[in-house]
Amino acid sequence: MKQTPYFTASSLVAGYDKKIIVNNIDIIIPKNKISVIIGANACGKSTLLKTMARLIKPVSGEVILDGKQISEIAPKQLARKLGLLPQSPVVPEGITVSDLVSRGRFPYQSFLKGMGKKDYEAVKEALDIMGITELANRSVDELSGGQRQRVWIAMALAQQTDILLLDEPTTFLDITYQVEILDLLTDLNQKRGTTIVMVLHDINLSARYADYIFAVKKGELISQGTPFEVITEEQMKQVFELDCAVIKDPVSGSPFIVPKGRHYVMVNESIEINE
Amino acid sequence: MTKKNHYVEEGFRKRKNRFITVTFLLAVFVLMLSIAMLYLGNTRYSLSVIVRVLMGEQIQGASFSIRTLRYPRMLAGIMAGMAFGMAGSTFQTMLRNPLASPDIIGITSGSSVAAVFFILVLEVNTTVASIASILAGLLVACLIYVLSRGASFSGGKMILIGIGIQAMLNAVISYLLLRANQYDVPAALRWLSGSLNGIQSKDMAGLFWTVWIFGGLLFLLGRQLKILELGEHSAITLGLRTDQTRVLLVMCAVFLIAVATSVTGPISFVAFLSGPIAGWLAGKGISTILPAGLTGAVMVLLADIIGQYAFDTRFPVGIITGILGAPYLIYLLIRMNKSGGAA
Repeated sequence: MKQTPYFTASSLVAGYDKKIIVNNIDIIIPKNKISVIIGANACGKSTLLKTMARLIKPVSGEVILDGKQISEIAPKQLARKLGLLPQSPVVPEGITVSDLVSRGRFPYQSFLKGMGKKDYEAVKEALDIMGITELANRSVDELSGGQRQRVWIAMALAQQTDILLLDEPTTFLDITYQVEILDLLTDLNQKRGTTIVMVLHDINLSARYADYIFAVKKGELISQGTPFEVITEEQMKQVFELDCAVIKDPVSGSPFIVPKGRHYVMVNESIEINE
Repeated sequence: MTKKNHYVEEGFRKRKNRFITVTFLLAVFVLMLSIAMLYLGNTRYSLSVIVRVLMGEQIQGASFSIRTLRYPRMLAGIMAGMAFGMAGSTFQTMLRNPLASPDIIGITSGSSVAAVFFILVLEVNTTVASIASILAGLLVACLIYVLSRGASFSGGKMILIGIGIQAMLNAVISYLLLRANQYDVPAALRWLSGSLNGIQSKDMAGLFWTVWIFGGLLFLLGRQLKILELGEHSAITLGLRTDQTRVLLVMCAVFLIAVATSVTGPISFVAFLSGPIAGWLAGKGISTILPAGLTGAVMVLLADIIGQYAFDTRFPVGIITGILGAPYLIYLLIRMNKSGGAA
C-alpha cells in the first residue's frame, strides 16, 4: 500500500543571491523513517535541507507538508510540526541547559502567556530522553561538544515536532559521541515515530543508521533508495568520484565503503593484526 | 525519575525567584535614590514636607525647590536611565554582543547631533527636537546596518563601523557647540556626555510616555527577543517572524534612546553597562529588559547624586557614568581582540 505523500518537495530550485545551488530536485521524505542526505562538500545537500526547513526561500518549486505549501502555514503552526537543528547553533552566553531547552516551547506559547505545566513536562521529557537531566541547571558554556549537541537536540525535542531535520549533527564530535547521537536519534524514531531527515558526512554511519538514503551531486538528486541500493561501488564513483570497495559492515551487515586511494602503508601479511 | 524531575523544577523555580527578587530590590533601590534626590540639596526638607509638596500643597520655598528643581531632575534621571538601560540591553541581546550598545555604535550620537542642531542652532521646541532625534537615530541605525552588510554581515565589523561613525558624529557635535549662540559650559557638557541640569517639567512629558509605551512594548517582546538571541536559523525554526520582530525591537529601542537623548543628552555608558550588570545580577535565562531598565535608573540617579554632592565641584551625571563605563569598554575591546572579533 502506498502512503499519501507527507513531506515532499517538487521541482525545487534554491540558492543564495543569483547562484543556483539546488537545481530542480523532487524528493519525497518517507514518513516515520530515518532518511539521510549524502553528497560531496558544497553539493547542495545542506541548502536542500534548509530550503525544506523554510530557512531559505526557494527560487521556484514548492515544499509541501501534509498537503499544504510550507510558506502558507502560519510560522508557529509549522514550528509545531517541523523542527530543525542548524549546523552551528548559537549559544547565548551564560544560559542554563533547561532554560535553553525550554525555548523549544516557544511555538506553543501565546504573546502574553509564558511556560505552563505542559511546557515544563515537555522540557523534562526532552532532558530525560537525551539523558541530560543531571545537567539541567548547568551553564551550557561549560559543557563538552557532545553534551552540547544533546542539549540542542533536547531543545528540538521539546518542540515536539513530527519531523526533525538535522544539519550534520555529528560534525566536530568524537566518534564515540557521533555513535551516541545517532543511537539517540534512532531511539527517538523508534519510540515516537519521529520522521528524521539529516545531512551526514560519514557514509558508513549513514549506511548503518538510515532507512533511506538520498545522494546529491551538483545540486541534483542523482540516487535514492535503501542503503543497499545507494551504497554501491558504481554509485559512489558517480556521487563522490571515489574509487572504493564496498564490503559488509561486520557489526550491522550494512554496506561499508573502503576507499582505494593511491597510497597506503603495506602491511606485511605475516604480521598478525590484533583483532 | 521523579527525584530527577524535582531537580529540574527546582532549578526553574530558583532562577525565577532570583529574577523576581533582584528586580524587586532594584525597584526598591530606585525608590530610595529617588527620595534621596528630593531630599538632598541646598536646603533639606523633612520627608513629611516632601510628601506634602508632592501631594500639591504650596509651601514657601519648599514647593519651588522640590517641584520645580528636584522633582523634574529625579524623574528625568529615572526615565532616561530606564530608556537607556532597556534600549541598550535590547541591542546587546539582539546582536549577541555587549559592544553592540547604541551608545557605542553611534546611534545615541546620531540622536544627539539632531538634538544639538535643532535645540541650540535652530532653537526649536523639544517636541520637534525629539522627532528629529528619533529620525536621526533610525537613520544612523540604518546606515550602520547598510555599511556593515557588504559581502557578509558580521557583528565585529558592525561594531567597528559604529565606533567610527560615533567618533565622526561626536566631532559634529563639538563643531555645532562651538558655532551655537549659547556655548556655555553646562549646555556643552549636556550634549557631549549627558546632564540632568536645568531640566524642567514641561520637557518631561514626551520622555515619560515614551518610556511607558515603548519600554512596555520591549518588556512584552522579551520572550521574542530571547528567541532571536538563538540566531536567525533557530528563531525561524521556532516559528518567530524574525524580520518583523527585529524591526519592532529596533524601532522601540531607537525611540527610547532618541527621546531620552533629546532631554538629558547622551548619558555615557548607561545603555552599555545596564544590560550586562542586570544579567549578572538577575541571571541570564529570563528576559533582562526590566532589570536592565531599573539598573539604568539606579546608575543615573546614583551617578547624579555623586556628581552633585561628592566633590567640591558639581559634575554632570554623564561624567560620572563615563568614568564608571570606560574601564569596562576597554576590557571588552581587549577581549574582542583576543577572541578574534567575536567579543
